[in-house]
Amino acid sequence: MHSTTVVFCKRKLTPVCTGCVVIKKRPNRIFNTVYRKESGRNGITMNTRGLRSQLKDSVPVAGLCPQGAYGVQDSLRSGFTSVKNELLPSHPLELSEKNFQPNQDRMNFSTLRNIQGLHAPLKLQMEYRAARQIQRLPFLQSSNLALDTLRGNDESIGFEDILNDPTQSEMMGEPHMMVEYKLGLL
Amino acid sequence: MATLVMSQAPVGGFSFENCKRNAVLEGEANKVGCSMPAARKTGTTICGVVFKDGVVLGADTRATEGMIVADKNCSKIHYISPNIYCCGAGTAADTEMTTQIISSNLELHALSTGRLPRVATANRMLKQMLFRYQGYIGAALVLGGVDCNGPHLYSIYPHGSTDKLPYVTMGSGSLAAMAVFEDRYKPDMEEEEAKQLVRDAIAAGIFNDLGSGSNIDLSVITKGKVDYIRPHDQANKKGVRTGDYKYKRGTTGVLTKLVTPLNLELVEESVHTMDTS
Repeated sequence: MHSTTVVFCKRKLTPVCTGCVVIKKRPNRIFNTVYRKESGRNGITMNTRGLRSQLKDSVPVAGLCPQGAYGVQDSLRSGFTSVKNELLPSHPLELSEKNFQPNQDRMNFSTLRNIQGLHAPLKLQMEYRAARQIQRLPFLQSSNLALDTLRGNDESIGFEDILNDPTQSEMMGEPHMMVEYKLGLL
Repeated sequence: MATLVMSQAPVGGFSFENCKRNAVLEGEANKVGCSMPAARKTGTTICGVVFKDGVVLGADTRATEGMIVADKNCSKIHYISPNIYCCGAGTAADTEMTTQIISSNLELHALSTGRLPRVATANRMLKQMLFRYQGYIGAALVLGGVDCNGPHLYSIYPHGSTDKLPYVTMGSGSLAAMAVFEDRYKPDMEEEEAKQLVRDAIAAGIFNDLGSGSNIDLSVITKGKVDYIRPHDQANKKGVRTGDYKYKRGTTGVLTKLVTPLNLELVEESVHTMDTS
């Protein structure tokens, strides 16, 4: 998720005008949790907490919380909401499917860290960050080829490739509004 | 939803948007007294047995939709790779799509490794996919094949558990088929003996279970050769009509005949060529 923080323009010492907006990403929580849980003994690092609590810590249950600033529902973007809709998933698999890819990544990083040491997941995450930045404009479909290759998804076919093809989705976002939303201007 | 701005890019895969709506619709339908249409199941007998040089897989050919037979001759033995075949019981669409996806993945994997795929690989892929969906994909499978380590036979349940056994049965007629196997199975059988055993097991399922019927399909997999015998045996033949209700010409006598020609004149004739490009 993107969050904008107020940045003071270096030239004029006033809050930044809309002409030069800087996007600051929230720092990646994974790094924090990895450092916190390290406990070394004779050079062997082990996770003091189990895998399950690691997963729970780092993945915010983003699917069902209301989006928008301050966590309030955003009627303009997501329509009218009701408490029942927000709290309960409509299907038991909905949450687990939404978080499947992040959970897989986290599991792989954790295993990699236990086998090869801290440097391996750190380097891989840096490459993931770089690959994730190669995107088209928000309303266009990006192929994510580099990201898929890194994850190993380029050599496998799943339901996400067959069902609900995003290139044939019925809804299309309005280009100007989507770009403004991504830049945080809206 | 009528919004101008989508907050996330659309992703592929299963979409759970309509689940709440469906639940409401089902509630409404139950109040009135109707019920939603049921998915087509394969109400099946499938089985497999390991013999001396390979694996024999067998299946019946009836697909049911509730109490009605939807397909009298459907094919339940699916191709996974040249040396691996898989029988499927449960929801017909689920078994079809699952075996096709695993077949594609196994092909990509084989191209990547450069070797003939192993049955254990297919088993692992199927088990991981079915567990991911927690049993909502209703596919019970019997997976068999011959690879570099010999013949292998696995049974895979919809929730993702697997068993590696010398003889397995699945489906609604599995108990009848298993009774035949338990009685007559011996290790290291010959091919003809194994084929006869599987044929008898499927026949037991067909005659004793309402959900199975029609013909018996067999698939014999050995090292380097696959015999896909469809149908091996027509257990239930459709009856031949003994009588005929058509009357011969001349049965009814003709008393009078009156012919009235209609004088029609040709008003207009136009030819339109169809664009068949």
